[in-house]
Amino acid sequence: MFSCPKPGRALLALLLSLVASAALAQAKAFEGVGRTATPKEVAAWDIDVRPDFKGLPKGAGSVLKGQEVWEGKCAQCHGIFGESGEVFAPLIGGTTAEDVKTGHVARLNDRAYPGRTTLMKVATVSTLWDYINRAMPWTAPKSLSTEEVYAVTAFMLNLGGVVPENFTLSDQNIAEVQQRMPNRKGMSLDHSLWPGRGLTTVMKADTRNTACMKDCVTEASVASALPEHARNVHGNLAEQNRAVGAQHGADTSKPAGSPARSVTLVAAPSRAVVAKPQAPMALLNKNSCTACHGMDGKLVGPAFREIARKYGSGADAETYLAGKIRAGGVGVWGQIPMPAQALSEADARAVAQWLRAGAPK
Amino acid sequence: MSSDNKPAGRLIKAPESFLDAAGVRQVFAEAKAGRRGFIRQAFMAASAASLAPVAMATSNPLATGEGDPNILNLPEHSKGLGQPVVTDGYGKPSRYEVNVQRRQSPGLTQTAQASVSFAPLQSLFGIVTPSGLHFERHHQGWWDIDPSKHRLMINGSAPELLKRAMVFTMDELMRLPSVSRFHFIECGANTGMEWGNVAVPTVQYSHGMLSCSEFTGVPLRILLDMAGVDYKKARFVLAEGADGSSMTRTIPMEMVENGEVLVAYGQNGEMLRPENGYPLRLVVPGVQGVSWVKYLRRIEVGDKPWASKDEAIHYMDLMPGGQHRQYSSIQECKSVVTTPSGGQVLLDKGFYNISGLAWSGRGKVRRVDVSVDGGRNWRSARLEGAVLAKCLTRFNIDWVWDGKPALIQSRAIDDTGFVQPTYGQLRTARGTRSIYHNNAIQTWLVEEGGEVKNVQLS
Repeated sequence: MFSCPKPGRALLALLLSLVASAALAQAKAFEGVGRTATPKEVAAWDIDVRPDFKGLPKGAGSVLKGQEVWEGKCAQCHGIFGESGEVFAPLIGGTTAEDVKTGHVARLNDRAYPGRTTLMKVATVSTLWDYINRAMPWTAPKSLSTEEVYAVTAFMLNLGGVVPENFTLSDQNIAEVQQRMPNRKGMSLDHSLWPGRGLTTVMKADTRNTACMKDCVTEASVASALPEHARNVHGNLAEQNRAVGAQHGADTSKPAGSPARSVTLVAAPSRAVVAKPQAPMALLNKNSCTACHGMDGKLVGPAFREIARKYGSGADAETYLAGKIRAGGVGVWGQIPMPAQALSEADARAVAQWLRAGAPK
Repeated sequence: MSSDNKPAGRLIKAPESFLDAAGVRQVFAEAKAGRRGFIRQAFMAASAASLAPVAMATSNPLATGEGDPNILNLPEHSKGLGQPVVTDGYGKPSRYEVNVQRRQSPGLTQTAQASVSFAPLQSLFGIVTPSGLHFERHHQGWWDIDPSKHRLMINGSAPELLKRAMVFTMDELMRLPSVSRFHFIECGANTGMEWGNVAVPTVQYSHGMLSCSEFTGVPLRILLDMAGVDYKKARFVLAEGADGSSMTRTIPMEMVENGEVLVAYGQNGEMLRPENGYPLRLVVPGVQGVSWVKYLRRIEVGDKPWASKDEAIHYMDLMPGGQHRQYSSIQECKSVVTTPSGGQVLLDKGFYNISGLAWSGRGKVRRVDVSVDGGRNWRSARLEGAVLAKCLTRFNIDWVWDGKPALIQSRAIDDTGFVQPTYGQLRTARGTRSIYHNNAIQTWLVEEGGEVKNVQLS
């Protein structure tokens, strides 16, 4: 191929060596920074699974096993059939046998259908496997075994009618299951919002406004505004604006049209307000209590206020509640079990004291 | 002390005859006698007794008499000794600023760990978001991670994509050459509640998943060079967090190669706040916030995108026809007037400074136009200070309010020539169910009474 005279070759060699030494100099500039990762370190963290199943560990799990895991670790938040919208958006529902055939979820086009479940949207089974493996259960991520992840994925797919009840999902058949995903053809790359090249197909923006300056055609009338009854839904807006400035917040605790003077009455906070007994939010959040218990309304478990009402007056309420928090239980408030909590006796007592005091905010 | 606790600012304009002639004479007589307390009480009582149906207060009334008691009666802080240094090792805002807070939108999420808090844009100046008011989005709760134990790993989907997988400590990352850059971060779902109709009252809830900071860190390119990445084959990057959800997102290698993607530890002159990813987060300028992975623990280079949970189940735009746009990441050109804005009240007719924010995920803001008649006529606003790429730009424009209803809008144009769309144009292209990437022109209705409402036109 190369038939140039010798001096040319020497020059090329020199150039090549210059390029190499420049690269070396660059690396040397950061000498002493960073080290090579060990294979074990990479294995510990490199858990991602791609749509082509690169990264998927070998293994298998059955629908039956999945049901067992589901009822123990998943149903609290997602419902027995993955249908619950109480805590998160529903996972299962809205797909049909016809969708499994076509690869398009028809109800995505049905404006009357309420909401969109995960199975209606997701095109790639790898996405389910990867996220269950890395992030579930919500309060104890990365605690499932490989078999359990396969099994839970299989169970969810069975709930959605993608695989039969006697199915065992494995690294061997997952590519075939991919071909049955109800929304597998539901993704579009026809847009210009990817900040790189070669992935999406459109270069131009999909809206084309022009910067008219005078006597422009307008959208003439007010088509949408908050109804009057929603005026105070986000709290009193007077308290959500600075007390001084060109504009003040509207006092939404009063009907619209009230004299604007009311906004000048927003008092600066007194120290007394700040000093009121407060919820031990740090403890509640740190121990994921708030994942299942709301302040006033029932979530997965009873509201803190409900617990306070039920036990607040008892003489040994503090000891009882501290014990219950640490031991967990089932049956008092319903059939969804509360797992034993791994917080210290002192922390459990702090929470129990607050509950006994009526769970003030 | 007590006078200190009363809000300064606007007083209600009193009718001319709020004190009768005899009253005025008595006040002056008492003043001569040196009884200031009596004067103050007399004015306050008269003011409270004025029952005239005035909706408007004037900005700075001078009641008949000698003048404003806030001037005439020297306050405590002019006559006493103030606080010593270091009462707080880390200072806090004035106690009068207590209304300026991040807030959750009621009913938006069921849990507080997978949720959002919105930045109070209606109360902010300039372009920098104070770190304590930066909007929050967590998928599985936030953590305060010991930086001495935090590690960043670089590896590849296949061995041939780089020379060696590497591990860095925070000490090492902070030894490398650093850059400091101002960028906005906007959640892809910002303004998402408003696709179909008006759903929230104020700019905090409609646009508050938006913040802007000076970020300091190392260009990711430097780390990938050190690991010997094969840029011909590895055209995608996966970023992964160290928290429970270990969130992952795909980033195009083009953005890494041009040096704009940062592995950042600094925010507004100090370390990142825990809520914002302390001690390490990815900065992906112009791209929706979900890609700015917090608690960043790993970067993987690969030859294909990953279709992670937040790019295959969420953060996809549902189009008319039922298809989802996947990997839609850029935050297109957008703007919003922050004052006056929804939920506020104009206190009087007369001069106002309309102020707002404009930004583009594709580059710099070239121009912002403002309309006060619902988009029929427009004037170009002043762009303040340095106009930076993929950064918030503050705009201001003079306005004299005549007391009649007004429809205030802003329309930004970026340096690609793209003009921010109307709701009509956006819905024609994308329908109303997308949730994500709503960059439509916002309208605020100023009512005759001075109250400002969030509205949409058609």
